[in-house]
Amino acid sequence: MGADVVEVVVFVACALIVLGGGFGVIWFRNPVHAALSLVATLFGVAVLFLNMNAPFLAAVQVIVYTGAIVVLILFVIMLLGVDIEDDLEAEPLQYQRAVALVVAVGVAGLVVAGVSVAGDELVSGAQSVTAVAVDGFPNVSAIGRLLFSEYVFALELAAVLLTIAVVAAVVLARRPAEVEALPAEDASLDPPEPVEPEAEEVFD
Amino acid sequence: MDGVDAGYLVLSAILFSIGAFGLLVRRNPLIMLMCVELMLNAVNLTFVAFGMMLGDLAGQVIVLFVLVVAAAEVVVGLGIIVAMSRRRPGATADDIRVLRG
Amino acid sequence: MLELAWLIPALPLVGFVVLVLAGRRLGEPAAGWLGTVMVAASFVVSCVVFAGLAANGGDPFTQTLFTWIPAGDFVVDIGLYLDPLSGVMILFVTGISALIHLYSIGYMHGDPNFSKFFIYLNLFVFSMLVLILGDNLLLTFLGWEGVGACSYLLISFWFDKPANATAGKKAFVTNRIGDWGFLVAIFMVFFTFGSLNYADILPEAGGLAQTTATFIAVMLFIGAIGKSAQLPLSVWLPDAMAGPTPVSALIHAATMVTAGVYLLSRVNPIIAASADWVPDLIAWTGAITALAAAFVAVAQNDIKKVLAYSTVEMLGFMFLAVGIGSYWTAIFLMVVHAFFKALLFLCAGSVIHGMHENQDMRVMGGLRVLMPVTFITYVAGWLSLAGIPPFSGFFGKDEILIYTFQENKALWVVGMLAAFLTAVYIGRQAFMVFFGEERWHEQMARLAVVPPGAAEQAEDEAVEALGEDATDAQVEALVASDAAAGDEVIFHPVPEGFRPHESKWHMTVPLIVLAVLSLVGGLLNLPFPKSAHFLEEWLAPVFEGSATKLTLSTGTIVIMLVVSTVVAVVGTLVAAYIWLQRRVEARRLEPALFANAWYYDAAISRFVGGPGTTAFEATATFDATVVDGAVNGVGGGVTRAGQALRETQTGYVRRYALAIGVGTLLMMAYMISRVVA
Repeated sequence: MGADVVEVVVFVACALIVLGGGFGVIWFRNPVHAALSLVATLFGVAVLFLNMNAPFLAAVQVIVYTGAIVVLILFVIMLLGVDIEDDLEAEPLQYQRAVALVVAVGVAGLVVAGVSVAGDELVSGAQSVTAVAVDGFPNVSAIGRLLFSEYVFALELAAVLLTIAVVAAVVLARRPAEVEALPAEDASLDPPEPVEPEAEEVFD
Repeated sequence: MDGVDAGYLVLSAILFSIGAFGLLVRRNPLIMLMCVELMLNAVNLTFVAFGMMLGDLAGQVIVLFVLVVAAAEVVVGLGIIVAMSRRRPGATADDIRVLRG
Repeated sequence: MLELAWLIPALPLVGFVVLVLAGRRLGEPAAGWLGTVMVAASFVVSCVVFAGLAANGGDPFTQTLFTWIPAGDFVVDIGLYLDPLSGVMILFVTGISALIHLYSIGYMHGDPNFSKFFIYLNLFVFSMLVLILGDNLLLTFLGWEGVGACSYLLISFWFDKPANATAGKKAFVTNRIGDWGFLVAIFMVFFTFGSLNYADILPEAGGLAQTTATFIAVMLFIGAIGKSAQLPLSVWLPDAMAGPTPVSALIHAATMVTAGVYLLSRVNPIIAASADWVPDLIAWTGAITALAAAFVAVAQNDIKKVLAYSTVEMLGFMFLAVGIGSYWTAIFLMVVHAFFKALLFLCAGSVIHGMHENQDMRVMGGLRVLMPVTFITYVAGWLSLAGIPPFSGFFGKDEILIYTFQENKALWVVGMLAAFLTAVYIGRQAFMVFFGEERWHEQMARLAVVPPGAAEQAEDEAVEALGEDATDAQVEALVASDAAAGDEVIFHPVPEGFRPHESKWHMTVPLIVLAVLSLVGGLLNLPFPKSAHFLEEWLAPVFEGSATKLTLSTGTIVIMLVVSTVVAVVGTLVAAYIWLQRRVEARRLEPALFANAWYYDAAISRFVGGPGTTAFEATATFDATVVDGAVNGVGGGVTRAGQALRETQTGYVRRYALAIGVGTLLMMAYMISRVVA
């Protein structure tokens, strides 16, 4: 009896929200609707974090993911035009949907099968000694201590990564001097034939 | 493990496959980006669930790093989408196939 | 004094280089004198070195100049090896070469390529000396190839005539077949001994396994028969007479063709360690070649061809000597043969020059009055070759026959028959050329009434026979062979009032020197007394352990000598009876079988043209379809595989993502199955 009734109820409710939002993202044609579904999913995930005694992560999830990333996406949608909708009827690539369905169902099914059959053996790792999570506070200071002792190298790398991302975004999104058109769909990929110089008349 | 813990894992798996399916089927690059976010969140859930089951804070630390990477990835991805759309407005993932053999 | 040995090959090499750079400017006759002086200087140094060697009691002396090939375990030096055998050979090679160089100054007078001739001659002498003096098999092979190349260059010296070029090619290709054997032997020697130096190989040869020794000996024998024109590789030597006469004298009588005998003598410990049938093979090859060549020589009409077949026969005798183990007699015959054969060839050259480039003996006659010096020196060579004492040829040939009588009576009979025929054919040549009436007058008369355009008519007939697209060379060859095969006499027109004359001093002085040597050469090794066995004792250390000892009694030896003399005299008398006194119809004794050299050449041509060509074309087709097909097929297969794989690069990002997804699914399936199971 390790589970709380509250815990279970919260879990079920949030699970429904998460899954509903997920389906919404892949279902809606309008990208704005899809973005809003995404917000729902992310929120659900945040609450689930809280359920799992990770309050700091829940906060970070809401601030960074919903507050920054989704907003960024919405900015770009607005920039490029809200009315652009996908045509979901046609699928130019053969078998793409069928195989994609197989992959999706397969991944989920494998995990379910693994969990149901193996159960406790799935959790094969040992109980941690050094980074014990104590129920309740203070979670932030524990995470902070870990970050700056064991995982400081990864922290620094993450900082570098963010810097690179900012530089990349600036470079990529610059307005070029002249907008070069992409080659036409049916353009040949072979190199252009060498132009033969016309035979010049030899003047004696 | 008890039912809720298993439930977390199953939920993550389902969310992951929803994201994978969406990535493979949708053509709008922004929607594809959102599907990638779905997958990343599923992974985050898994990490925290295992961290809880093992009593290890490392799970939560990893999630922090995943978040950082996801942020960077979204930034770069949006930059690419903007640059792409400038040249051909209304381009979808299928339209950019210059690098074919 | 022995340290001067390096000068011996170096002097002709210097001559070669200087002539290459400045020969044309030196012109005639300075270029000729330069070549001659270089070789003469080499001869002087050879004498000095020989004296030093003799003073040392014949102990071998090695002079290493520098390392040529330092390749890990395989090290080859440029070194000179002086022992009694090479000492003897450098003397007569440089001496006779110097005389022939002098002769060539007169013979090649007026030729537009005068200096080129001496370039090749000096290069030849250098190569021959490297062959003799080399202290390892690879240097010998270098010299071997060098003389082969010079032979090719000199045979086809007048290459604007296609027949000459073809003869040069034939010599080279036939030699090549022998060279293959030599090369394989070199590989085997290195594989067995780890070194190619004679100083390392020869003392150890006694310990060789018999099969190894047999293999090496047989391969070297194949090389030797190519170079020394024994059956079945004898076809090139008669054709080599297309070259200028000094070339025939130097290369194809005195020096190059003896290289095969030298090689076999050098490796006598290996032959001694091989199976018993190997020396028998060598001996019988020599004997059969000698007999076959002697028969052919009786029916030849070209003055040089007779001497060419005679050389093949004499080389056969040398191989016979090697085969029965009396190596020193082979060297003895080599030395005296060099004297009298070179003499005979140079006399022939003098006659050809005097007869205004006519070589057919049927248009000569009575020249002993008109060319007295040539005649007198020729007599020395004639009697030497026939084997009449006291000339040197008698002693050389006879020692071999004595040893043969001791070892193998059957071989002795063959040898005696060949000796008899020798006396016959050389007597025939002497009587046809120098005695009798002057037959060119009737040729000149015949030409005067020959209808004009006969030559063109012959050509037209040839073109008709060959077809419209025959090349000039083919037409010329057919006309020439038609003329030669028939009884038609080949006569080059001579000017009005023509009269053969004696040659200049450049040409007669070498003749005189060689005649004297032919007369006294026998003193090198008289049969009696035992103290006069100079050559045999000088060469004894080289052939220790392999040489056959003479065990016949003195009485038997005397009987042998008398028998040989009688045979030679009878042969000469038979020749006189038939060709001098015309008592018997000569034609009956010169059947086409002999005139066409047992149809050996024709047989080769038919084989190579017929089944040979089929085999070659089959090989070529195999190469083109199977070998090339495999290589191109691999390339084509790779291209096709690449193009098939190219289909996966569609450019659709979603396709790539799908591929990743499928891969992930498979990996997950594997991992979860591991956990669950």
